[in-house]
Amino acid sequence: MNKTINQKAWYFVIPVFVLVAFNAAIPLMTVVNYSFQETFGNNVFAWEGTRWFKQILLSERFHASLGRQFAFTFIILLIQIPLGIAIALTMPKKGWGVPVCLILMSMPLLIPWNVVGAMWNIFALPDIGFLGYTLNSVGFDYNFTQQPGDAWFTTILMDVWHWTSLVVLLSYAGLNSIQPAYYQAAEIDGASRWATFRYIELPKMKKVLTLAILLRFMDSFMIYTEPFVLTGGGPGNTTAFLSIDLVKMALGQFDLGPAAAMSLIYFFIVLLVCWVFYNLMMKNEAQS
Amino acid sequence: MSLELKNVEKKVGIDTHIHPTSLKLEKNTINVLLGSTLAGKTTLMQLMAGLDKPTSGEIWFDGKNVTGMKVQKRNCSMVYQQFINYPNYTVYENIASPLAITGVKDDEIKQRVGKVAELLKLSAMLNKKPDELSGGQQQRTALARALVKDSDLILLDEPLANLDFKLREELREELPKLFEDRDCIVVYATTEPSDALMIGGNTATLLEGKVIQYGKTLEVYNKPENLISAKVFSDPPMNIAEITKRGDNCKFTDNDVQWKSSAKIKDGTYKIGIRPHNITTYKEGNNSVEINGKVQISELSGSESLIHFTNGNLSWVSLSNGTQQKNVGEDTKLYMNTDEFLYFDHNNRLVNNG
Repeated sequence: MNKTINQKAWYFVIPVFVLVAFNAAIPLMTVVNYSFQETFGNNVFAWEGTRWFKQILLSERFHASLGRQFAFTFIILLIQIPLGIAIALTMPKKGWGVPVCLILMSMPLLIPWNVVGAMWNIFALPDIGFLGYTLNSVGFDYNFTQQPGDAWFTTILMDVWHWTSLVVLLSYAGLNSIQPAYYQAAEIDGASRWATFRYIELPKMKKVLTLAILLRFMDSFMIYTEPFVLTGGGPGNTTAFLSIDLVKMALGQFDLGPAAAMSLIYFFIVLLVCWVFYNLMMKNEAQS
Repeated sequence: MSLELKNVEKKVGIDTHIHPTSLKLEKNTINVLLGSTLAGKTTLMQLMAGLDKPTSGEIWFDGKNVTGMKVQKRNCSMVYQQFINYPNYTVYENIASPLAITGVKDDEIKQRVGKVAELLKLSAMLNKKPDELSGGQQQRTALARALVKDSDLILLDEPLANLDFKLREELREELPKLFEDRDCIVVYATTEPSDALMIGGNTATLLEGKVIQYGKTLEVYNKPENLISAKVFSDPPMNIAEITKRGDNCKFTDNDVQWKSSAKIKDGTYKIGIRPHNITTYKEGNNSVEINGKVQISELSGSESLIHFTNGNLSWVSLSNGTQQKNVGEDTKLYMNTDEFLYFDHNNRLVNNG
């Protein structure tokens, strides 16, 4: 077949190209620009090479916030994924309960992040908040504004409340796509409830669960608004996750160079973990 | 050993899925449940298996009342229209699964799985996972799982419906052989009359949750008790018309086509059913009668030709051998083999079969 050559089609690509450039490429390049130079404002720059990168990678502050970040993400994944699956398994499959459950489940997802932070802040205040007051009145010494453990507990509880629904909804969709014949076949075989879950439900949910874990990893790894409103990174720096630390450095101390280097490192970590994770999952997929 | 349904009824809410049904299936038989979608084939099978409880009535197996007994306690297996296998088990593990659960020894499992796999031509694929297999192989795996167990009751719910034509033909030929030397009752649900004819055994025709007729497949086909059973067991649909009989002479109410009938029935009006393959573009049998038709649709199906035609108020289908393309709107002559006509009285009961 003869192809007609018509280069005019390129014009149609230009709007998208411009949009992506303004949206992603140009801001990213600005950050790259900052990360290799020193600036004192007035558009005066001095070349610094890889100095900021070395400084960040060797700084204890960065190690600490990175460690906190991984710990936080690991804990919430460990809670949210099994909890989400468990809730999805107990949700009704037909009748009036379905819309009720779905709407209830979607509620937390619809609330703006800063509102979630503010809500939980007030909810958990030890003197007037319902949660904080109740915990203290039953004998717990709870104060999330002063005790690091309590701050972590509250932050994790908030994130679980806010985001478990996402895992639930995805798992529920996965479960509903399993044909009833599978359950009957298992029943005929005499398979136990656990075996049905392990050998039918879990493998059939694999794809949506991969997606859920990936989404929850990325979101929690980049979490900012909620802990910022709830604890502001405190007490001390104990809940200063990567993004909170980054903003402190960039806008609090105005260390633009190190902050830019840190954001690039941050970006590469997210990218790397996602890539590794995705490949592992897809490798398993190819095998099965 | 036999499976007997005694007045079994199934209601869901206000809907009746199965009207009171009595049916007795004997040992070493293949029984076809023939009916369109929603005729109640699957529901009936689930009742037989014990996956579902009847609203009323009893199910007896081997002289024992098994109504309400759970499926795990009965020795039955089922194959579905969708290819149901455990997704992350290999073919071997899939076939072995019903045995492993009941605690059969490893050596015996190995031997039995090997035997069934050979029977179903799966020996080369035992280490693969189901989604690496073709649809036909996946369904063979599901069949192997059903066979390995030595069940008393094997239920096949439209097992060939999701396969492509060639695989379907292949497996359809093999199926009856697979069950030949087994001490079990096989129930096979299908929407296709040709499946029933090919499989043989017994056939129950179903419509809207009722068993219309049950008997030897060829008998049900050749001597349908009534018009409904004849309609269910006819694809393409049966042609039906009203006739009057006076002496030997029969005549359609709607046109002037006449023929001599040797049917020993009283004079009067009847309905006749003509299977499409008894109206052809060529003469067949000694008593064929010509009918004029205006071609509405002409289509080829394999090496057969379907011609939809009208004659006055009648709108009929004919099925002839060979490829015969007719033009739409064309006037054509067709021949009806009057020996094969089915005569029904005003209660739709068969009075004579030609």
